Amino acid sequence: MEKTKINITDEVAIHISDMNKWFGNFHVLRDINLEVRRGERIVVCGPSGSGKSTLIRCINRLEEHQKGSIIVDGTELTTDLKNIDKIRSEVGMVFQHFNLFPHLTTLENCTLAPMWVRETPEKEATEIAMEMLEKVKIPEQAHKYPGQLSGGQQQRVAIARSLCMKPRIMLFDEVTSALDPEMIKEVLDTMIQLAEEGMTMICVTHEMGFARQVADRVIFMDDGQIVEQNEPEEFFKNPKSDRTKLFLSQILGH
Amino acid sequence: MTKIAFVRKKEIPPSAPPITEVGLIGWFRQNLFSSWLNSILTVLSVYFIVIILWDFIPWAYGGHWNTKSLRECLDLDPDVACFSVLTARWKQLLFGLYPAEEYWRPTLTFIFLLLAIVPILFPKFFRFFWFSIIYPGLAVWLLWGGSFWSISIVYIGLTLGALFFLTLIRQYLKNYIIAAVLAFLFTTVFFLFISNPLVGLLNVILPISLPFVESLKMGGFTLSLIVGVTGIVASFPIGILLALGRQSNLPVIKMICVGFIEFIRGVPLITLLFVASVLLNYFLPPGTNFDIVLRVVIMVTLFSAAYMAEVIRGGLAGLPLGQHEASASLGLTYWQSQRLIIMPQALKISIPGIVNTFIGLFKDTTLVSIISLRDPVGLASTIRADQKWNGIYWELYVAIGLMFFIFCWGMSQYSQYLERKLKTDK
Repeated sequence: MEKTKINITDEVAIHISDMNKWFGNFHVLRDINLEVRRGERIVVCGPSGSGKSTLIRCINRLEEHQKGSIIVDGTELTTDLKNIDKIRSEVGMVFQHFNLFPHLTTLENCTLAPMWVRETPEKEATEIAMEMLEKVKIPEQAHKYPGQLSGGQQQRVAIARSLCMKPRIMLFDEVTSALDPEMIKEVLDTMIQLAEEGMTMICVTHEMGFARQVADRVIFMDDGQIVEQNEPEEFFKNPKSDRTKLFLSQILGH
Repeated sequence: MTKIAFVRKKEIPPSAPPITEVGLIGWFRQNLFSSWLNSILTVLSVYFIVIILWDFIPWAYGGHWNTKSLRECLDLDPDVACFSVLTARWKQLLFGLYPAEEYWRPTLTFIFLLLAIVPILFPKFFRFFWFSIIYPGLAVWLLWGGSFWSISIVYIGLTLGALFFLTLIRQYLKNYIIAAVLAFLFTTVFFLFISNPLVGLLNVILPISLPFVESLKMGGFTLSLIVGVTGIVASFPIGILLALGRQSNLPVIKMICVGFIEFIRGVPLITLLFVASVLLNYFLPPGTNFDIVLRVVIMVTLFSAAYMAEVIRGGLAGLPLGQHEASASLGLTYWQSQRLIIMPQALKISIPGIVNTFIGLFKDTTLVSIISLRDPVGLASTIRADQKWNGIYWELYVAIGLMFFIFCWGMSQYSQYLERKLKTDK
């Protein structure tokens, strides 16, 4: 499949400069500098504990950074709750363990945030939700509860739930890591479709096939630092740093 | 050498289970006679049930209902129950010292109670929720009497305050806190300066009132239900707020909540009731008449709110962190996420514990007999002090126990129904 590259614009979606974060004494993120342009699709990879999840969780303030700045869509993340809620409603996030709301049906999962945060009327919210559920190809599960769905279906609902807020940026945090092999493909297909539509995406993932196919840029992290970033072709063919080479040989070696 | 290769030659279709596993026989085998030990226990249990009923049924079935005193019962047949005490005193057990010609008032209050809880228990009837809202005022007016308007004015004042708040928010201000403070001031002014003259005026124009009945006349199951139902209804929201406060990131709020919960849980309810009945009078300015039933209700409410808070905290702890993160990542505010995502799930997990606390509270209302209020247990002592019934106890306490059992069993059944209904994973 040919990659579409037409979508990247000059507009800055996320600007992170000299960002540092500590968990207690543990320095998880060190001098992170990253600029993401609108329409860009980025894959972040690295060994576990390298800080890649923490990095994207800082972008919607699920984690607080202690130094440096993060500017999302022109709004800087500070302790101001209003800004945080605003940014969160513009930035969609999908989690490793889906985190669907088990007491609500699939449809209610999707309509809840638009109705309460955006104050969309119920009828309109339902229409949007059904549209998004069709996009992830499970409109027939709209009235079931998450507990009645398979893992792959749940993760697709989680994607639809985020899309219902019409986010300008999507964050994916190891969304296929908790899935059976048979289900990984259906979730990846949904993400590829989204990428082709020009969504700005940052994906933390170990799916290197996905990275090759859709990413505009691959970022490799280790020990809380960005070790190397490049276009996927170059990144996989000619990794520059030894740490990257070791990592790639370990995950692609078998 | 064994062969490893294997290919399925034909598909095996599903077939019916063996006869010993299904139906009545299957049920008996699985539940009563699944092993030697279980079989012995089954037989022993049946034996004990039979010997208890063997004595109890003739005792209860042949009981006297129409004698004048215990003496008369014993003269007729000493081996059967003497339910005559219930025939003679049932009104007292239900209504305490409530004036006999006004019995219709607690009765009506009770019927209205059943109607008022329906919209709360069954969402199907939620459109009648307005009745549940006016019920507390209606119940207070029916039970204690007095002018209809002095109760209605509370509703009028609060409604005006709420309207004032909403108008401020909609038209003039965006700041909820300032609007709330202004609305509070408005309501206070209303109750301080406007409500009394207004009630006087309304009393002249349209006098509706019931004879006043003082709190010390309340008794029997009427009293148990007043204390129990008010305690249950009031302790629930307070418990939720305490549980949230205990989890709060704000140290002052957290400290207050933890302090309150730990203090209340560390003190026996009886102590609190004594404080309510005796000590409060020392602290309050002389001449203040702070209603004894109200004092007891407040203490019982605070007591079970502390327990409720801990039960709900357990439910909150049972929720995965991901639920908080998911609702935050969608842009929901703290209160939206508590109300729509966290609490519905935490409360669902805590249903057994919550109902446990409710049942405990309802039975604990019998402790008010210690501070000489006349709840059914207190009345039982009074009745037994009567010469005619001196020495009776089984019949009286069985009847009281049965009444409590009906209410508590009802609560327990409802909680099981609710758990089944809220089950979303099957």
